[in-house]
Parts: sequence; structure tokens; C-alpha cells
Amino acid sequence: MKILLMGNPNVGKSAIFSRLTGVDVMISNYPGTTIELKKGKMKLDDQMVEVIDVPGTYSLEPTSKAEEVAVNMLKEGDLVINVVDATNMERNLNLTLQLLERNIPVIAVLNFWDETRHLGIQIDIKKLETHLDIPVVPAVAVTGEGIKELVSRLHESKAHTNIHDEDSRWSEIGKIIKGVQKVTLKKHTFLENLEDLSIKPLTGIPITLLILALVFWTVRFTGENLIAYLFDPLFEFYLPMVTDLSNALGKSGVVHDILVGTLIEGKIDYIQSMGLLTTGLYVPLAMVLPYVFAFYLVLGILEDSGYLPRLATLIDAVLHKLGMHGLAIIPMLLGLGCNVPGALSTRILETRKQRFIAATLMAIAVPCMAQTAMVFILLGPYGIKGFGIYFITLFIVWLTLGFLLNKMLKGETPETFMEIPPYRVPYFGSLAKKLWMRMRSFLSEAVPFVLLGVLIINILYVFGIIEWISEAAAPVIVGILGLPKEAVASLIVGFLRKDVAVGMLLPLGLDMGQLIVASVVLTMYFPCVATFVVLFKELGARDLIKATAIMVVSTLLVGGVLNALL
Amino acid sequence: MEITLFDLESGKKATIKRLEGGEEFRKKLASLNIRVGKTIRKITTEPLHGPVVIEIGNTEATIGMKMAKKIVVVPLETE
Repeated sequence: MKILLMGNPNVGKSAIFSRLTGVDVMISNYPGTTIELKKGKMKLDDQMVEVIDVPGTYSLEPTSKAEEVAVNMLKEGDLVINVVDATNMERNLNLTLQLLERNIPVIAVLNFWDETRHLGIQIDIKKLETHLDIPVVPAVAVTGEGIKELVSRLHESKAHTNIHDEDSRWSEIGKIIKGVQKVTLKKHTFLENLEDLSIKPLTGIPITLLILALVFWTVRFTGENLIAYLFDPLFEFYLPMVTDLSNALGKSGVVHDILVGTLIEGKIDYIQSMGLLTTGLYVPLAMVLPYVFAFYLVLGILEDSGYLPRLATLIDAVLHKLGMHGLAIIPMLLGLGCNVPGALSTRILETRKQRFIAATLMAIAVPCMAQTAMVFILLGPYGIKGFGIYFITLFIVWLTLGFLLNKMLKGETPETFMEIPPYRVPYFGSLAKKLWMRMRSFLSEAVPFVLLGVLIINILYVFGIIEWISEAAAPVIVGILGLPKEAVASLIVGFLRKDVAVGMLLPLGLDMGQLIVASVVLTMYFPCVATFVVLFKELGARDLIKATAIMVVSTLLVGGVLNALL
Repeated sequence: MEITLFDLESGKKATIKRLEGGEEFRKKLASLNIRVGKTIRKITTEPLHGPVVIEIGNTEATIGMKMAKKIVVVPLETE
């Protein structure tokens, strides 16, 4: 048996899915969080049944590709749990009535039941059940309220084959609303006032700048302190153990160099030694993880509060000039964490042109947190000037390239039309769960790749391959970019992991200008292999070749100009 | 008095009178319950030919400028 969770976007389908199946899924407060079908299992009457979380749809007469997916699923399902936003019942019922024309058993869940009270909405559930002739269960998905009742009443769900055209459906909805819902006007709450303030340009733009500054400051502050007071002491504690190992291995030799690395002035240097058990662990755990943690904590709060669709609206006009629309800010923000989820989330954009521009811009000009963390460490000593130039350069590249791509590429960018959810106080449980899921995927993806990168670089050195490539690439690296030819090793590792690559610049003794050039080049020249694979799946081979060509050309151009200027 | 949603003053309420577009346009708007006869409140217009933001029921919606020019409304007199 297959149970489908269906409903409008952003009504809490994924939260209910997670409650029913115990499967962890990402939940956020913006429409379109779920970009693909999620499947899970739950126990029902001693039997395992399949539960499918279907992306949100407003109607069964699809107007977009994402909605088409949802409608096609309907043929495969045996039962529909129709999730309804209790605070927006009128438009949600449009889908409910359409489902009741399809001869499939339906049960309705009225989610956000707690919010109806604050909004002065009273709904007579019994009457609603009579009108629709299906069971209706009030619920608060994030806390789990109502889930038990939902499960126990699944077998009461009923199929109908009502016949309606569009007009008669709306007039039927009008009748139902009149019969079951009473609204008493309540005074505007603080959050509701903030909703208006943060979307009007005059107040919204200063609020946005404030939030951005706060995000930047929080991430840096949290990251730095986690390193200074937690991770560095931990690695201090670990140092005697690797030193013992180093001594036992005789302080040199191939095995020693691969495991512990090269000793710098007779000692282990976590950043420069380049061993699997030293640099290979220190970079991902003590340098990158604290910043990744801080970033995802802040991002989760932004996502769950409902701020992102407002930001998307504020900057919609600017993004239209780059061939995308406001919602493209979501792949960019996710990309700041890790380019892989960033690339996946380009699916919320409707047209091929928009997705291509968003994915290309993100891959070129949006550094992931692992890389940003290393840039903070590398350019931190030069203060705001150092990483200021780095970020401003990338921002200019992002703007210019987007503008050019929009002019050059054929295809339409449709006008923005989207729902803006209300502000909600993030629910601690789901915030913590999301943070944990993201940290888990960072650890399981980053650590092996860092270790692989360190291993490969050691092997390449042992066989003298690095020197050979350095000589061959010298005209470009030295001639155009003004970097020492040893920097090529870093560029090779950059294909695998950008954080290790940035770290490898440290021992080269570069000046500030060279460090900035190298950091910018490492960000732009190619996405890391994990992102590359996802881009291949999302864009296809032809568009990926196009995107890669754009990356190489713009890297040489920007690197060359920066080298001349700095 | 009939004006377009684009021209409606920010902060004012209005009733939707006509949608000057085809079937698809109408359906798209109906998905957020933006239909003829409904009352909406305009919140703001974003700068640089940006979209219009309205409140409808308990939802807010962002509507592109060109679409907003095809939605004809009648402002409510007093509030």
C-alpha cells in the first residue's frame, strides 16, 4: 500500500512525513523546500506501508513541472493524506475538492492548528467533516500534536467522485467556508508588523543589511571561538600521540610521510605537514567544521523564520537583471554552506535558462563554507582589507557574469509569482535536527575527501608528478597569475577539496596580493568534484561543458586583472 | 474607480474587478486565491521595476510588475 502526502506548498507535509516514518527530512519555512519525492515506511495494523512525501502543488491541473510530478504520483497512490493549512483554508480546499473528484480515499489534516487561535480563526471540525464527507484531523506537525489521531483514523478515509468545474468548485468552497469558519479580527502582533516592515524597501533594505552583517559576524565569532576554546585544545591533547607515532616510524620515510607528514623544523605542523593523521584530520575538524557549524546554525534560523522569501522579494528586480528571479537567492545561500545542496536547489527555478545561470554563478562565485573558513584563516591577518577584496571581487564577478549570461542566453525568465509565508518562531526540535543532518553529511562527505586529497598529493609528490605538472603549467601560473609554480599542487588538490587546497597556500610564503589572487582563482576555476557530479546530473553534459568553459575563461581573466592590480 | 494593482497606493485595500489575461494567468492567480471579487491589501511595490506585494487572506504574495498591471481593482473608499 502507498500513502501519499499531498497539499499546497509550505503546509508542513515534510514535517508530517518525518513524524509518520521517522525518516529525517529537511523542513524549512519557504515554499518548495522539498524538491524531490521522499519515500519512507510506517507500520499500520502490523503491516509496513509506504509513505511518499510529494512536493507541494496548488492544483491537479499542473502549471509547472514540479506540479506535474505531484499529479503523476496520484495514479500510483492508494490513499491520500491531504495536508491543509488551517490558516489559509479557502485556497487549500481547492486542492482538497479536486482530490475528491479522483476516486481515491482521502483524509485531511488541518495543520498549524495552534496558529488559528492567535489569528482569531475558529473552525468547526465536525461540520467540515460533514461538508467534505471525509475525516478531518487538526494537527501541529512540528510538535507531533494530532499525529496519533491521524494514524488511527487512516482507515476511515473515503473516496469520492464528485464532479465540479472550476466555478462550481469555488462556489462550493465559499459555501463550506461560510458554514464552518468564523474569523474575529485580532490586533496585529509584533511578528505581523515585522512582516510589513521587512518587505517595504525603505525599512526592508536596512533590515536586510543588518541581518547580513549579523550573520557574517555571528559566523566568524562562533567559528573563531569554537576553534580557540574547543578544537585547538583538543588537537593539543592529541599532539603527543601523533608525535609518539612519528618517533616510532623513525621521523621520515614514505609511510611516515603519508601518515604523519613532513616534519617542519623537526616538529609536526598540523597545517603544513600534510599527513593523513595530522593535516588530514586537522583541516576538516579543527579549521572547517567550526565555521560550517556556525553557518548552518544561522542558516537554519533564517530558513525557519520565513525571512528568505522576503529577501527574495526585495532583491527580485536585481536578480531579474541577471536572468533569474528572487528565489534564486536560495541556491546562492545554500551554496555558501556547500555547493552540492546549492546546485540541487536550483530546481526551485522554473526555466532551463534560470537554472543554468543560477548553477553556473553559484559554482563560480559562491565559495562554500569550507573554503571561506580557510580564507578567513589565510587572509585574516590582513584584516578586513584582505578578505574584503576577496569577497568584493567574487561579488563583482557574480554580477557581471550574470548580466552577460542573461544577455547572451536565449530563453525567458518568467515573472515572479510566489507565496510569502508568515514569520514563525523557529521550533527548536526541527532546528537542531536540521543542523545535525547537515553536520552529519559534512562529516561523511568532507572527511573522506580531505583524506583522499592528502593521500593523492603525497603519492603525486613521491612519483615526482607534481614537479612535472608545475613546469608545464608555469606559463599560466607564473606568467598570468603571478603565483609561484609550486601553487599548482594546491590547484590540483582543489579539484577534490577546496579547503585543503587553500591550506596548501600557507607554506608558500605568498604576499597579500598573491594570497588574494590564489584564493579567488581556487574559488572560481572549477567546482570540487562532488559539486561537479551534481552539476552533471542537474545540467547535463552539454551545459556543463559550457559552464566549465565559462569558469576557465573568467578565472584567467579575473586572476590576471587582480594580479596586475594588486 | 478602476485602477491596476500596480497603480494602487501602498497600504490601501481594494477589490479585484477584472483579470486581463488568459486562462493560464487566471489559474495561476487562483492558486493563491487571487480571484475576481476578492479583497486584497497592497503592502508595497519594490524598487527598480520590482514586484508588487499584497496581502490576501492570511497569505502574502509577490506578484511581478507586468502581472500586477493586468490586475484591475477598485479601491475601497474608507478604512
